[in-house]
This record gives sequence, structure tokens and C-alpha cells, in this order.
Amino acid sequence: MGFAHTVGGTRHVFPDLRTLLARATPSRSGDVLAGVAAESAAERVAAQRALADLPLRHFLAEAVVPYEADEVTRLILDSHDPAAFAPVAHLTVGGFRDWLLGEADSTALTALAPGLTPEMVAAASKICRLQDLVAIAAKCRVTTRFRNTIGLPGTLSIRLQPNDPVDDPKGVAAQILDGLLLGAGDAVIGVNPATDNVDNLCRLLEMLDGVRARFDIPTQTCVLAHVTTTLLAIERGAPVDLVFQSIGGTQKTNESFAVSLALLKEAREAALALRRGTLGDDLMYFETGQGSALSAEAHHGCDQQTIEARAYAVARAFSPLLVNSVVGFIGPEYLFDGKQITRAGLEDHFCGKLLGLPMGVDVCYTNHAEADQDDMDALLTLLGVAGVTYVMGVAGADDVMLAYQSTSFHDGLYARAALGKRPAPEFAAWLERMGIADRTLEALPAPMTDLLR
Amino acid sequence: MSTPVLWRDLRRYTPARVALGRAGNALPTAAHLDFQEAHARARDAVWSGLDAPALEGAVGALGVPVRRVASAAPDRRSYLLRPDLGRRLADGEAARLAEIAAPGSIAVVLADGLCATGVQAHAPPLLAALLPGLRAAGWQLAPVVIATQARVALGDAVGEALQAAAVAVLIGERPGLSATDSLGCYLTWAPRRGRTDAERNCISNIRPEGLPPEAAARKLLWLLDAARRLGQTGVALKDEEPAAPLVAPQPQDRIGGTP
Repeated sequence: MGFAHTVGGTRHVFPDLRTLLARATPSRSGDVLAGVAAESAAERVAAQRALADLPLRHFLAEAVVPYEADEVTRLILDSHDPAAFAPVAHLTVGGFRDWLLGEADSTALTALAPGLTPEMVAAASKICRLQDLVAIAAKCRVTTRFRNTIGLPGTLSIRLQPNDPVDDPKGVAAQILDGLLLGAGDAVIGVNPATDNVDNLCRLLEMLDGVRARFDIPTQTCVLAHVTTTLLAIERGAPVDLVFQSIGGTQKTNESFAVSLALLKEAREAALALRRGTLGDDLMYFETGQGSALSAEAHHGCDQQTIEARAYAVARAFSPLLVNSVVGFIGPEYLFDGKQITRAGLEDHFCGKLLGLPMGVDVCYTNHAEADQDDMDALLTLLGVAGVTYVMGVAGADDVMLAYQSTSFHDGLYARAALGKRPAPEFAAWLERMGIADRTLEALPAPMTDLLR
Repeated sequence: MSTPVLWRDLRRYTPARVALGRAGNALPTAAHLDFQEAHARARDAVWSGLDAPALEGAVGALGVPVRRVASAAPDRRSYLLRPDLGRRLADGEAARLAEIAAPGSIAVVLADGLCATGVQAHAPPLLAALLPGLRAAGWQLAPVVIATQARVALGDAVGEALQAAAVAVLIGERPGLSATDSLGCYLTWAPRRGRTDAERNCISNIRPEGLPPEAAARKLLWLLDAARRLGQTGVALKDEEPAAPLVAPQPQDRIGGTP
């Protein structure tokens, strides 16, 4: 079946759901690259009007990626909860947006999440302005636990990201101390390893766990290696708190990351068996990002934002502690400039939260994108108002290993102060105990000085 | 080194921007402007071009034949917005490479990538360190290919045309704030168009202050030997080389991380 709408005397026809969604998507370079973007502003708004009139039920009848060919589609449709969906089952996409902005409250949204598919929330996002994406996401409540409590109202957590160009333990440790002194680390202390070497992974895991245990920091640690390498580390008895993996919204994208749903399940079970969580057992950590499917030629003719939302269906099947879009990392061929990165970051946060995920965002850009620190400040502030679960903390905003700019420890302090947010409660109490909650002393706290001996 | 006592002592242990101080919750002015300057330099580096004749001369001086190819991307802006063009050879290039095919060889591609500074400076010393090891391992080296407006996957098309057993693409990495001369090396066994990033192994951050070119050459020889034994590269080839505090992120470990 097709869809159509007339704008200014021209009838625009969209042959199927994936085309309708793609043409309705606000402009971005990745959809132009894929050849799925609207060819004019009029065609885009015609698609948005046709999409607004589409019943939400239709998304249960037409898959954007074939059911037979894709395990992510099968996961989405087979795990759909009709009872949870019932309160909005009578609505169109446009009616759903109005309901979300109006009567929907936190309790209703939490109950609704299992009844929503990624394509439904992606559709709603396409007819939202930035303020709608902020206002609706701010109503969502998602709380997760491992060694602390992440996502409580009034909190903003920070991933401390102490990446080192050669995985030098002292280089990592110096950045951890810097981050802790500036209030970062309650989401996770998480290192992107410079090498996927198993020995190196085990060495970093031991070092991170040693720092955490020595100062009794109520947080979790992670080395963001490939899931198969983490499984090897678990076999060797390394202290693995969280299992990390990059994921995408189609089976073929995940194959390009060399993962499957079965492999993720295996890794989660292996880590659960270690029983390292004290407050809860949410232990998966996923990263995503618009454009990864097209980059792997695994997008099935869909727009990148719809595929991105489908990655969140993969994430929610594994009860993650943390999920974040790495929104500006992928480059200008997918998100050209600050305007496109800003919109994508808010879309990703909105979709993740509506689907029930503890959604953070790596507010970031690369040096070949048309973006700068001003764009990051705007997106960070908008996300803070939208209740983002966590953002990154990188020393001086400059990741010296991955060669991109993310939010700094200072940015985290700014966002918390400007928006009246606090760290996760257990971590906030630890900062108080260490005497570093409200200021950074010129002298290092005494117990920390011998870490670098 | 003595035990750190002050916050600023942390700077001794890392090239990262630690202990910058605070002006309220923000960066003090000097640190803020340091960052702005580094970003300005990186932005300019993205738009810098490869001096192909100079590189050709440096490689030719090592006594190996060199060919130049262009990708299908006509200019820098097209290259940035259309990565598909940077992965394809320009019309006619594949046929010209086929004339000098070296079946079963190792092909080496020197590619400008997102910043030409690194390949310009560090590819010749890396090659110089690599050549004796290749000879010792019994490898035939195909003519070295210098590629402009090139992405990593262009190596698949080059390797396929040359009928190479493996291709190593030495490519300029996206410039960071602290380094604008980083070189990456991507090794792909049995190169042919359509290979995915999961089928490659990577050595990154090759530069004197990161992984020196000579160490990268040793690492590449190790990977090449392992690839020949396994008959493949990528995730199946786990970097289990002992005691190697080296640098080789798998490109699939970060969303969109491949140049």
C-alpha cells in the first residue's frame, strides 16, 4: 500500500512506509548520501503530513526491514506488548505527538514503553520540533543500577573517559584523578582501549578495578573492547563489571560489528555469573549512532534516524545500565554541521527514553565536521533540560586517543550547576566524603597521591 | 618521577588536557584559547593536500616501483560528503592497475585520507622498516600505490586489481587537537570490493610520539604472518601478540570510526 499528500497543488506519493519515514525526516547529509531524502521542502512536509495521519497500528503491520531477513525486525515485532500499547492504539502519529506533549505523564510513559516500537517513536520524532523532543523526553523516567543508582530525577551522571593513545596505565590513572576531582565518573569509568589485545584488556581492567576498590568509589568500570574480547577476559578471570558493545538497527549492521543477538545474550550471561553488581544487575553498555547502517551498507533503504531507533530495540532486550548515541563522531557525510548534530542528538535521546532506555549522549564532533564548541554547549544544555541520563567527561574536551572532541569534565560541572542537577546519590556522597564535592583543591587529596608512584 | 602532590603534577603523566584549572566551572582563559587554537589548526589540516610527487620521490628512493591512482571523488568537499566516491577508483584506474598485477603479492597503498600530513611524513620510514621483513618472510611486494582523495576501502579495489593476497592501506587519520600527523594502517586479507571493516585489522596512531613507524612495521609483519596462517583478517584474527603495549583499535569498536 502507498501513502500520499498534496502540497501546493502537487500530489506527493510514497510507495511504502520506509520511504514515507525517510522523506519525512528533517534534512541531513546521510540521508542525501543514501538517496532516500526528500528532494524538496514541499515533499518533506507532504510526507510529514501523511505520516501524521498514519495510525500507530500500521507500524505493527508493515516492517521497514523484512521480517524474514532480519533478526532485529523479528525481535521488535515478536516482543511487542499489545496490552502496554492499548492506551495509544487508537491514535495516529500526529495524535500520538499531541498526547505525548499533553496528558502523558511519567507513569503512563513508563508503562507504555514495551508497547512502542522504534519505528513509532522515530515517526513521532520526525514531526517534532526541538522543544517537543526536549519537553517529551523530560517526562520519561528510567532508572538503572549496578553499584549506584543512575537516572533519578534531578541527577546528571558523567562517564569518565580517560582514553590514552597507548593505553599507558599511568596516563589513564592521571585522567581518572583529574575527572574525579571535577566530579565525573558516576555513570562509569570507561576506557576505549587503543588496542583490542586480550592481555592489554585484562591489564586495563585490573587497573580500573584497583582504583575503584582502593578508593571505594560507588561506580562501575568498563573497557570498551569488542564483546568477543571481553568474553575472553571473563574466561581469564578479569574483573569485568560491564559488557560493552557498539550495536546497530539491522542484523546486517550488527554483522558489520561482528555481533548477533545470540552473542550479546551469551556475553550478558557470562558477566551476570560474576555477580559483581551490588545494587542491581544492569550490566550492559551499548553505543549507537546515526549513519552506522549506511556506513555498512546495511540500511535497507531506510533513513538513518529510523534505523538508529531500531538499535534501541536491540539495547532494551538486554536490560542495559547505559546506552548512548555517539552523535557527532561519525562525520559530516552523515551529520554535516552543528545544526544536524544538535537535532540528531535530541532525536536519539527522545527515542531512547520513550523506549525505556537509560539514554545518554556523547555530545561530540570531529574536526572534519562543520561544528565547534558553541554547538556542543547548545546541545549539552538542551539535553540537560531534556533530562539526559549521562554525558561524557573527557579531560579538556580533547580525546587524545580517538581524536575527537566530546564534553569535558568542566562541561559536566557547568551543566549540573546551570540546571540544578546532582550526581548519582551514592557518588555525590562519596565526593562529599573525599572533600571534593564543591571545589578542586590545588593539592591532591592525600590518599590519591601514591596512585601514580 | 616523584609522587604527584599538586593537581598540576598530573600533567607529567599524560598528553591529555588535565589539571587545566577552573574559572568558576569553566576553563581559565588561557586554557580556553589553547583549545581554540588547536581546533583552528586541525580544521586547516583537514583541508591540506598530499604532495604526491614528493611522496613518490621518497618511496622511489627505497628502490620500489610506484604508481599513482585517484579515487572517484573529484575534490575535497565531494570527498568529505561522499565517502562512497573515496572508496571507488576513478574510471580507468582498475584497468591500468591490472596491467601490473602481481598475483599472490602484498600490496601497499599510501592514501591521503582525512589529513595528508601523516602519510607524507611517516609512510616512507614505515616502508623502509617494512621492506627487509617482507623479504625475509618471502613476500613479493606489488608496486606501491599512492592514492588521493582515498578512503580505507579503496585498498580493496586496488588489491583486487593487482590480484594481491593482502593489502595494507597506510592512510592519514582524522586530525585530532593534539596530533595532526597520525597515520593508520589497515590490513585486509584477500582484498576485493565489498569487504567490511570487520574483515580488517588496524594499527593506528602511527607517529613518532605515538607508535613509531618502525614499531608499526614490526606489528604489521606480525599481523601479516598471522593472517597468512589463518587465511583471513578481521575479528577472527585476535591480536594476542604477547607484551605489546601497542595501538590497534578495531574500527568496528566505535560507531563510524573508520576514516
